[in-house]
Amino acid sequence: MISEELAQGDSIIHRLDPCVRVVCALVVSFALALSSQFEVLGLYLVFALALVFLASLGAGPVLKRLKPVLLFVIMIWVILPFTHGGEPLVRIGPLTMTRPGVELCLRITIKSVSILMVFIALLATMTVATLGQALHRLRVPDKLVFLLLMTYRYIAVIQEEYQRLLRAARFRGFVPGTNIHSYRTYAYLAGMLFVRASLRAGRVHNAMLCRGFNGTFRSLDSPSSNRLNPVFMTGVSALTLMLVVTEILWK
Amino acid sequence: MHISEGVLSGPVMMAGAALAVAGTAVGLKKIDYDRIVHVAILSSAFFVASLIHVNLGPSSVHLILNGVVGLLLGWAAFPAILVALLLQAVFFQYGGITALGVNSVIMATPAVICYYLFSPFLNKGRKTVFAASFLAGAGSVFISCLLLGFSLYLTEKSFLEVSLLVVTANLPVMIIEGIVTGFCVTFFHKVYPEILPRGRSNS
Repeated sequence: MISEELAQGDSIIHRLDPCVRVVCALVVSFALALSSQFEVLGLYLVFALALVFLASLGAGPVLKRLKPVLLFVIMIWVILPFTHGGEPLVRIGPLTMTRPGVELCLRITIKSVSILMVFIALLATMTVATLGQALHRLRVPDKLVFLLLMTYRYIAVIQEEYQRLLRAARFRGFVPGTNIHSYRTYAYLAGMLFVRASLRAGRVHNAMLCRGFNGTFRSLDSPSSNRLNPVFMTGVSALTLMLVVTEILWK
Repeated sequence: MHISEGVLSGPVMMAGAALAVAGTAVGLKKIDYDRIVHVAILSSAFFVASLIHVNLGPSSVHLILNGVVGLLLGWAAFPAILVALLLQAVFFQYGGITALGVNSVIMATPAVICYYLFSPFLNKGRKTVFAASFLAGAGSVFISCLLLGFSLYLTEKSFLEVSLLVVTANLPVMIIEGIVTGFCVTFFHKVYPEILPRGRSNS
């Protein structure tokens, strides 16, 4: 279910220090989310495409990952242009598309697609294990990093357990439908997942105590020094700053 | 149920992020190292359970179960839900970074509210447990919808129709969540009451 296929690549982005990538992703995403001028948003879109290009990701996997947001974008294009008040733009039968509605939709579309492309290029190209180490080095509280890594570690295990329970239910002739019986069965399946997760947590915790777990989080990863890191960081910050200044001055 | 990237206005985004940081800080404070493994693995279970699709007429909806997580974890539900949402973003791109704060608040606040409202009823008779957890399940989805609609409305007044649509479209989801949460918690009550908050303090 969970593949971290994008993390396998070897590109300029993959070779950067994960901390640099996390910080850059945060800076660019928030700057992007806060701007609204179409010209500036267009430049951000180019910027995001450039980052995807630098990560040398194929169009196929990227589009696949953009699918949820594209579905959302289609949904707002169906509703917002018609419900938003303002100057009419086009009339289709009884419906009127308004100019502010279309502008709002276009703005949201560019923003959401660009932010996700930045996310894919900079963050989806590392494994969650690496992301955890990076957050740890960026002084995110130990407990939160621990929670992230531990949750990540056990998702696959719990997922397998769910498949086993579902298979067992199917062998007993369970055919899901829209009725109380189906909902009760799914509730018991989910309940069993939580019960087993809780029991497993007890065992895992004991095993960790046996191996000397005392609450401190240790990382064996040492950040690789790479001359690209400062260059990339400066480049991305300078570009973002330029776009932010343009955005402010344009008004 | 989540808000996509690029929709929210700056102030709403920042307020969401600030609230998420505060809620997570309280949650982390309440988790000691003896319980952190427990919270983490229940968070994995929440992640997997939210991928379960149940039929609804010709279509299907996925379970949310933030009510169950709230009843089981209390304040710890905040960091648990934040982590699960972050992992969803990394694996499936259901959202990115800028809306993560608001989305965590939308999902985790109802969980914490339900914990305070309904967990006192969980050591009563079976019918009471079912009723309380039905309300917790349906109520947490309802509050999530309200928070989602409210953040959209604060961003842009013209999102009012969309917000109302969200609440109406989620009415069947509320009922399903209520039923599933009700059966789920009565199941805990029957087979493993220690998992419930009251059971834990007794043991």
